[in-house]
Amino acid sequence: MTSNLVLAVTIGGLFACGIYLMLSRNLIRVLLGFLLAGHAVNLLLLSSGTGGVAPIVGEAKNGEPVADPIPQALILTSIVIGLAVSTFLLAMAYRNYQVTREPEIADDLEDSEYAGSDPSGGDE
Amino acid sequence: MTGDAPAGAFALAPWFLLGYLALALAAPTLSRLWGRGALIASAVLPAATTAWAAAQIPHVLDGGAASTSVSWVPTLSLDIDLRLDALSMIMTLVIAGIGTLVLLYSARYFPPDDDGAGRYTGSLIAFAGAMLGLVWADNLILLVIFWELTGLLSYILIAHRTGKRSARMAASQALMVTTAGGLAMLVGVVMLGVTAGTFTLSQIIANPPSGPLITTAILLMIVGGISKSAIVPFQFWLPGAMAAPTPASAYLHAATMVKAGIYLFARLAPAFAVLPLWQPLLMTLGGGTLLFGAVIALRQRDLKLLLAYGTVSQLGLMTVLIGCGNPDALLGGMAVLIAHATFKAPLFFVVGIIDTSTGTRDLTRLSGLRRTMPTVAIMATLAAVSMAGIPPMIGFAAKEAGYAGLLDGGTAGAIGTAVMAVGSALTVAYSARFLWGAFADKQIAGPAPAQGAPGQRRSRTPDASVDTMPPTRPSPTSPWMTGPTLLLVILGLVLGVWPTLLEPLLQSYAQTAGPTHEDAMGLWHGFNPALVLSVAGWLVGAAVFFAQRARERRSEIARPGGEPGAGYRATLKGVNVLAVGTTAVTQRGSLPVSLGAILLVLVAFPGTMLLRAGTGPADLEVLGEPAELILSLVILGLAVATARVRRGLTAVMLVGGVGYSMAVLFILRGAPDLALTQILVETVTLIAALLVLTRLPDTALYSSHGGNGFRLAIALAAGALMTALALIIPGTRVGTPVSADLAGPAVQFGGGKNIVNVILVDVRAWDTYGEVTVLIAAATGVASLIFIVRRTGRAPRRPTVMADPVQPRQPSPWLATNWVPRRSLLLEVVTRMIFHVIVVFSVYVLFVGHDAPGGGFAAGLIVGLALTLRYIAGGAFELGEAAPIDPGILMGIGLLIASATAVYGLIAGGDALQSTILSGTVPVLGDLKFVTSSIFDIGVYFIVIGLVLDVLRSLGAELDRQGVLERAESTSSAGRKESGRYGSAPRASRQGTRR
Repeated sequence: MTSNLVLAVTIGGLFACGIYLMLSRNLIRVLLGFLLAGHAVNLLLLSSGTGGVAPIVGEAKNGEPVADPIPQALILTSIVIGLAVSTFLLAMAYRNYQVTREPEIADDLEDSEYAGSDPSGGDE
Repeated sequence: MTGDAPAGAFALAPWFLLGYLALALAAPTLSRLWGRGALIASAVLPAATTAWAAAQIPHVLDGGAASTSVSWVPTLSLDIDLRLDALSMIMTLVIAGIGTLVLLYSARYFPPDDDGAGRYTGSLIAFAGAMLGLVWADNLILLVIFWELTGLLSYILIAHRTGKRSARMAASQALMVTTAGGLAMLVGVVMLGVTAGTFTLSQIIANPPSGPLITTAILLMIVGGISKSAIVPFQFWLPGAMAAPTPASAYLHAATMVKAGIYLFARLAPAFAVLPLWQPLLMTLGGGTLLFGAVIALRQRDLKLLLAYGTVSQLGLMTVLIGCGNPDALLGGMAVLIAHATFKAPLFFVVGIIDTSTGTRDLTRLSGLRRTMPTVAIMATLAAVSMAGIPPMIGFAAKEAGYAGLLDGGTAGAIGTAVMAVGSALTVAYSARFLWGAFADKQIAGPAPAQGAPGQRRSRTPDASVDTMPPTRPSPTSPWMTGPTLLLVILGLVLGVWPTLLEPLLQSYAQTAGPTHEDAMGLWHGFNPALVLSVAGWLVGAAVFFAQRARERRSEIARPGGEPGAGYRATLKGVNVLAVGTTAVTQRGSLPVSLGAILLVLVAFPGTMLLRAGTGPADLEVLGEPAELILSLVILGLAVATARVRRGLTAVMLVGGVGYSMAVLFILRGAPDLALTQILVETVTLIAALLVLTRLPDTALYSSHGGNGFRLAIALAAGALMTALALIIPGTRVGTPVSADLAGPAVQFGGGKNIVNVILVDVRAWDTYGEVTVLIAAATGVASLIFIVRRTGRAPRRPTVMADPVQPRQPSPWLATNWVPRRSLLLEVVTRMIFHVIVVFSVYVLFVGHDAPGGGFAAGLIVGLALTLRYIAGGAFELGEAAPIDPGILMGIGLLIASATAVYGLIAGGDALQSTILSGTVPVLGDLKFVTSSIFDIGVYFIVIGLVLDVLRSLGAELDRQGVLERAESTSSAGRKESGRYGSAPRASRQGTRR
């Protein structure tokens, strides 16, 4: 199968922007990053299959190449799950803001306390 | 070994197991209905099991056995293979018989208002079933499953008093120790089964394999056995387990569960006692346990702990006997096991009676009970006589059989005999001490009470130091508690006088290991070494008891040493230190740092692997189609802009742009389904994001740790890695894609032309099923995060909080309601005109999806957008009018439909979710074809509608309401400030807002 340089660079670029945003402490930026990274994953899946005529029986005439339906089915699942996760992230971002009145997520106190805690552990 | 007889009555065994499960599940309900009577009623099942098993005794004598099998998971060599032979029969009678009595006894042990009775009853019955399964299992893996089940139920029973920290700690300690052993045993079982080529226990015992692997496997199984049976070094969990209610201790931690390890040894011994490690290992550990338990028992003040250490000691004795491995010793081991059940259970019962009627088990606080509780004292004496191995009780005959076995066992047997003799003498001593501690008159003596022991609280005058303590006054005891105790004592007496009753069963088991001597069980064997050893034991034991008493009269009553299990606690602490240390190093509590660490690992390891492999792209196309090039540039530009902008709304718009461009790319690549879904999803996401962002301040995208170089470097490295991956992946696909052959079957079996849709609802329908459950979970999560008080319910149809309480406006003539302050006439009219059209169109998309682009996802999203339109045009209440239903119910219906389709596929004689094509000719409409997978798609349709509705209800309607409430609060508090000086209440503040 052929690789496409332009598509590959687009995938990498989307990932880079998405990851850059996800490394932020701001939950809305994390959400934006998640959406971009999601698009990148979908493109990566798409690039693993051949393009062509839509995979519907009877569409391809004169032996034209038909697009690979399996990556498409995977991407379809991915898109819908992406919707579910991004709305959940949105709700989380809002709730975080509602409670803390800060757009940023602070360091987890419980974890940072562990770093300096007495390591003899809990009770049980 | 002779072949198995046809199952006969034993064919009922799986039904019995099922019966225990059903009764265990029903127990809490029965307990609520009948109170403590439920315990008595439940005893019918183990009683029936006892009778049913006893009726089959003739079939298991002389090497006979019955077996039955139910197919379960044949691919894992895991079937419910059950088998009843002489050994299983002995265990079955002990488990079911004592189980019956324990249930009867428990009916009065607990106070009438005990709220844990239901859980206790259920756990105890489930335990009895699991224990029966354990001794019937003829499949090694099944054995492990029942083994672990008994451990889990023991955990629940030990922690019965859930409010007590010590009980919970003891329960988790017992669980950890026995489960750790159980895991070792599982490894051993798998090694044994794989090496032997079968997991059927009886076949392995009949033709035992050999080799170093087998030795290791048996060693691991021994580890499991000694952890379960509290043999040194695992002895410490059993005394802790005494936190359980006393009848549960009598059942699990004396009569049955702790004997699972002994059962395992007894099961393996005929085949594997010849292994060189068997005898030294088991006899050393068992002998150590025998002596250790007996010595520690002498130092206990809690009668129950005294008995618990006695159990540890007796389990050690059984291990010594079975460890010796010659057929006569095996016989002796099983005889001791039976005898132990008949004397230890009633002794526990006695402790329970003393505890409930006097309120204490501390031997320093009990006095004169022999006069106030004479019946109990007689029963306890008989049971203790049995424990000490004195005729005419069964304990004597069993011990004689044990001595006879060891004396027949060569050098190892001789050493074992010596250890057993010392252990038996100590047993006599602690038996006597038990009777003294529970029933004798005590003298108030000893050092000052300031030592803090619970028994020393009584105040005393200096000159009263030799007075006899006043007799403890017990409250009356129910016959339901004395009855089962008496029955067991009588059984011990009957078997003691006529021990030959047990001979056939014991011989049938022991002879599986080789020829045995006849008349092993007898009250009188003549003057022989065994008798001499027994008599010596009684004398030495009595001497030890009196010596200890004499010493105690001079100083004070012995007190227990430190809490057992120091090694266990040290191990646990070590694990905690390691875990906290690791957590402290890896979890710094910062989201970017954690994520960065993951990404660094991704770039460092798979990245370097990729570089080292040196795989290049197979066949590189640089630019490709011009349209794709342009779109790619647009996507990249929008993505970079998203990362740079500082305004939330702009960023969301830019991301939306990326999504729509992706849709166009999908069309170019021949994926119309994806394009359709992408556009719909993007729109819903965009609207949801806008709904939330409009409620956040404009600084929503503000980040105090602005773009630093480190983040950029990680992002670029990861991006480069993914680019490389995207270049390499297509080249690695060398085989013909499966999808090449999908077109024909899609039409033939899936009944659809749209291959992507057929994949989703037929080929990979299970994945889709999993996916829609994720959707439901996410929707529930969104609602839970936004709704603070309660999550379920539908969007409100009428205002609960008015934006402007003064001037209720007229509803819009175009919509069902409209309370939005700022109305758009154009939007209202358009919504009115197209809403219903969109919904009808969605149904079309739903049904056409099997043959053309569309399907449940797309159709559901279309309805979702129609609902969004209603919400935007008319607000929260308009949404409530448009969809007057709880989205949870909608999603539930969807999931129900999808599940029903799955089950229908099974019923129709195929796999779950398999499609059936129905077609026929209908007048007017012509030929119609309907595929059952379309129904599955309808389920998906409902779930997606539910998801979007839940999102709108939460992020839209509920946030509106909260916003209005907040505004109302802030204005009213402002108003209150102004009007406060006039001393008026909220009414005045509302007046204030009217201005």
